[in-house]
Amino acid sequence: MSYRTVIGLEVHAQLSTATKAFCSCSTRFGDLPNRNTCPVCLGMPGALPVLNRNAVELAVRVAFALGCEVRKTSIFARKNYFYPDLPKGYQITQYDQPLAENGRLSAPLPDGSEVPVRIRRIHMEEDAGKNIHLPGGNESLVDFNRCGVPLVEIVTEPDISSPQVAAAYLKELRNVLRCLGACDGNMEQGSFRCDANVSVMCEDATALGTRTELKNINSFKFVQRGLEYEIQRQIGILEAGGSVVQETRLFDPRSGITHSMRGKEESHDYRYFPEPDLPPLVLDDAWQDAVRERRPVLPADYRKRLRDELGLPPYDVDVLSADKDVAEYSIAVLSHARDRKGASNWLMTEVLAVLNDRRIAIADFPVNAADVAGLVDLLASQKLSAPLAKEVFARMWQERRSLAECVASVGTQDSDERHLLAICRTVVENSPVEVGKYVAGKTQIIGWFVGQAMKETRGKGNPRILTRMFTELLDAGKSKQ
Amino acid sequence: MTNELTRYSAVAIRDMVATGVVSSAEVCTAFLDRIGAMDKRLGAFLKMDPEAALAQAREADAKRSRGEALGRLHGVPVAVKDMIVTRGIETTCGSKILAGFIPPYDAHVVERIKEEGGVVLGKTNLDEFAFGSSNENSGYKRCGNPWSRHHVPGGSSGGSAAAVSAGFAPLALGTDTGGSVRQPASLCGVVGLKPTYGRVSRYGVVAFASSLDQCGPMAGDVRDTALLLSVIAGKDPRDATSADVLVPDYVATLGQRPGQDGRWSMDDGRRLRIGVPKEYFPSGAKGLEPDVASTITKALARLSELGADVEETSLPHSPYAIPAYYVLAVAEASSNLARYDSLRYGPKCPESARTDLEQCYMQARAAGFGDEVKRRIILGTFALSAGYYDAYYVKAMKVRTLIRRDFDAAFRKFDLLAAPTSPVAGFRLGELVDDPLTMYQMDVLTVPVNLADVPGISVPAGFSSAGLPIGLQLIAPRFEEARLLRAAYAFEQAGPPRAFPPGWDEVIR
Repeated sequence: MSYRTVIGLEVHAQLSTATKAFCSCSTRFGDLPNRNTCPVCLGMPGALPVLNRNAVELAVRVAFALGCEVRKTSIFARKNYFYPDLPKGYQITQYDQPLAENGRLSAPLPDGSEVPVRIRRIHMEEDAGKNIHLPGGNESLVDFNRCGVPLVEIVTEPDISSPQVAAAYLKELRNVLRCLGACDGNMEQGSFRCDANVSVMCEDATALGTRTELKNINSFKFVQRGLEYEIQRQIGILEAGGSVVQETRLFDPRSGITHSMRGKEESHDYRYFPEPDLPPLVLDDAWQDAVRERRPVLPADYRKRLRDELGLPPYDVDVLSADKDVAEYSIAVLSHARDRKGASNWLMTEVLAVLNDRRIAIADFPVNAADVAGLVDLLASQKLSAPLAKEVFARMWQERRSLAECVASVGTQDSDERHLLAICRTVVENSPVEVGKYVAGKTQIIGWFVGQAMKETRGKGNPRILTRMFTELLDAGKSKQ
Repeated sequence: MTNELTRYSAVAIRDMVATGVVSSAEVCTAFLDRIGAMDKRLGAFLKMDPEAALAQAREADAKRSRGEALGRLHGVPVAVKDMIVTRGIETTCGSKILAGFIPPYDAHVVERIKEEGGVVLGKTNLDEFAFGSSNENSGYKRCGNPWSRHHVPGGSSGGSAAAVSAGFAPLALGTDTGGSVRQPASLCGVVGLKPTYGRVSRYGVVAFASSLDQCGPMAGDVRDTALLLSVIAGKDPRDATSADVLVPDYVATLGQRPGQDGRWSMDDGRRLRIGVPKEYFPSGAKGLEPDVASTITKALARLSELGADVEETSLPHSPYAIPAYYVLAVAEASSNLARYDSLRYGPKCPESARTDLEQCYMQARAAGFGDEVKRRIILGTFALSAGYYDAYYVKAMKVRTLIRRDFDAAFRKFDLLAAPTSPVAGFRLGELVDDPLTMYQMDVLTVPVNLADVPGISVPAGFSSAGLPIGLQLIAPRFEEARLLRAAYAFEQAGPPRAFPPGWDEVIR
């Protein structure tokens, strides 16, 4: 029996505001516990929420970037439940009249194709605090620094057919949010969190299967692994003649499996009702138009430029557009470089390797785009050999010096044929044994000859010219015999 | 001599302090002494902080001696309902669940009082979380009615009303969600005003039903009521529901007395048109007490004599106000009271329950909340539950819209509406404690005003044959508090002078 997978994703993204959603406390991450709190975010008796305008603008930017319709009037609602990290006993969120609806985002796959995913809704809400359980299991503490931090929840339709597409969607969404300056996308700090609803159905079935909600999949890797496990688990149940139970399941990254967190019958009745402390959020046309006009460049725009204007193949486009800042840097390099494919290769291998090894962002990478382009062009015009180019590149980012300075100190490639021929002749004369081997048919020994000449030229001899010269000299010797 | 100060109006006290006839500290001491000597038999205050009060009074005096500009409440003591947070003074909302809670901040209204030189005298008694109409639901102690030791002071702002009535404070703050300022004002023979929803910031006013709550002034006469409203009204950026509507000087507008011909008129020269909703004069078993009906009839006649056209009108959806109110108010309350979970303030849950979070919540809330609070949380939780939400909450919201439209329609024809404040002149302590439904009916004449967001005032209109005060309620369109106060002032000026309750009018030595 073959099965189809149906996945819907819910992302909670922290909006990059300086202050919280309903008070003026800082949203800074990593401060001492409960430092960024006030009567409002602590839910003290008598305190009232006031909506952060900046959070609204960021949320609306997200909505427009995802092609949503933004409501002229949306309503905040209270979601009621008891938990120590929720000091008011309710979360301020949006329910039946969310900020925005009916959008779409295309998830780009590595082969250059795109899978459209419909966005059902986007709504604003506040984050909860954080429970900290002390070792020993007897005491828990609550840090309310995160409490009241503004979030958008972005919910897809069940349009996603595989864990790979899910991961592609999430990566793209994260990039979009970062391009918008709406969310820093930091998954380790919890700025970008994901839950998934997943079900499987027989290929020929018409009704969706019973779904489970998967939590704690807070990295792209966990999303894929968690979904893969969960899909196989559900198929296993169906194959054995059983039926999937609707429940919330938690992914355990250590074991790679999911386990039940709570069943449907234990699910809360959140008793939503309109938040009486906040008037309806009214966003008139003029305001919406102003936000729409400030639309920044999005990942899809970067991909289009890399592919259509700069002529890169799908794989290169995929790699270089994965991060907004990398994409901008790459476009800058490529527009300076004559050899664009060469520049793309250099970016993907050399530049990204440095970023990965050193765990730095492209913003902290010290080499400017024009110098990278110049370096690639020196390589293409054979002014630098590959080893020389690497040497120059290493000096550029390690010593934070310009291309011109580094080339001057390393020196360019030696392509002077008369000079190189003299060296080649000397090597051949001084190596009768190796010449004998070559003549005997061991032609791969040509590399040894080139290596000897490189030593003589201190690595600057043009290897192509040297190879040609040795071939000519040795072949001439061969025919003489 | 100084104790005579406690019989003066707030305006008089302010002017005396401002001109140096008496110091603010003397005034404060006079009221503190009176409360200290007499409140044991009344129960109007839950918490006093005499040191803090005297410090504020001395600061007011220092300000004057430094020649600084003096505020509109300069040196005047104000009693604050314990539903309103006060920095450094325990605020319990009359509930055990908040015992020991000392707020780190002042409510907006308290800030405003202090900015204008007022002195916070103490925190007044109330029904727990303002749930009640008799003050009998206080989690700490009962409060009596200065006019009759066997009668309730009304509620929920019973302590504030009793304090003003007994001469413990010239001014008091109350909160009114369904009549909690006006009804006790009526029962205690003082003036109480419920402002337009949004007129006064709710920041720091502990929430009962957020879409209905307003903080309002209570005082011995209309002028003092206008004074306190002038101080607390206005836009506050910390309350998103507070309105950015110009605040007139309510005291100054009272000066527009009846004209040369003895009649008073609206600004455009028309006669004031006052509508009397026939639904507010129900007959039969559940109708008005005869003494209330006759007193209000006389009051309407006084309004006519003052030159108003008094006519019957109708607010046809009035019969649905009580059920709609008790759905909406308890629904919001069930959510607003969720934060009292014993984790951050108030008494901790018992040691034995601390291993289980749910037990901790349940035991702390079971021990901390009184019966009426539990009743309303249960009702409100039910009304918001999946499957019942549409039938209760949504339907009640629709009724609220209809009631609002009733008022809008009436105000197209009338400048003001007039009615009794309470269907009864009063009731005895204990009389209704076991009959919550009848108790809820006590709010029948005040609740629609909250549902419609409009302002209302209760002003003393006379006495029952048993000597209990009876209040006239006047109701105005949204943000027309000036009109409301002007009419109430004219009504008051045309009547007998303020009466003090027998037994509380002596000057103690």
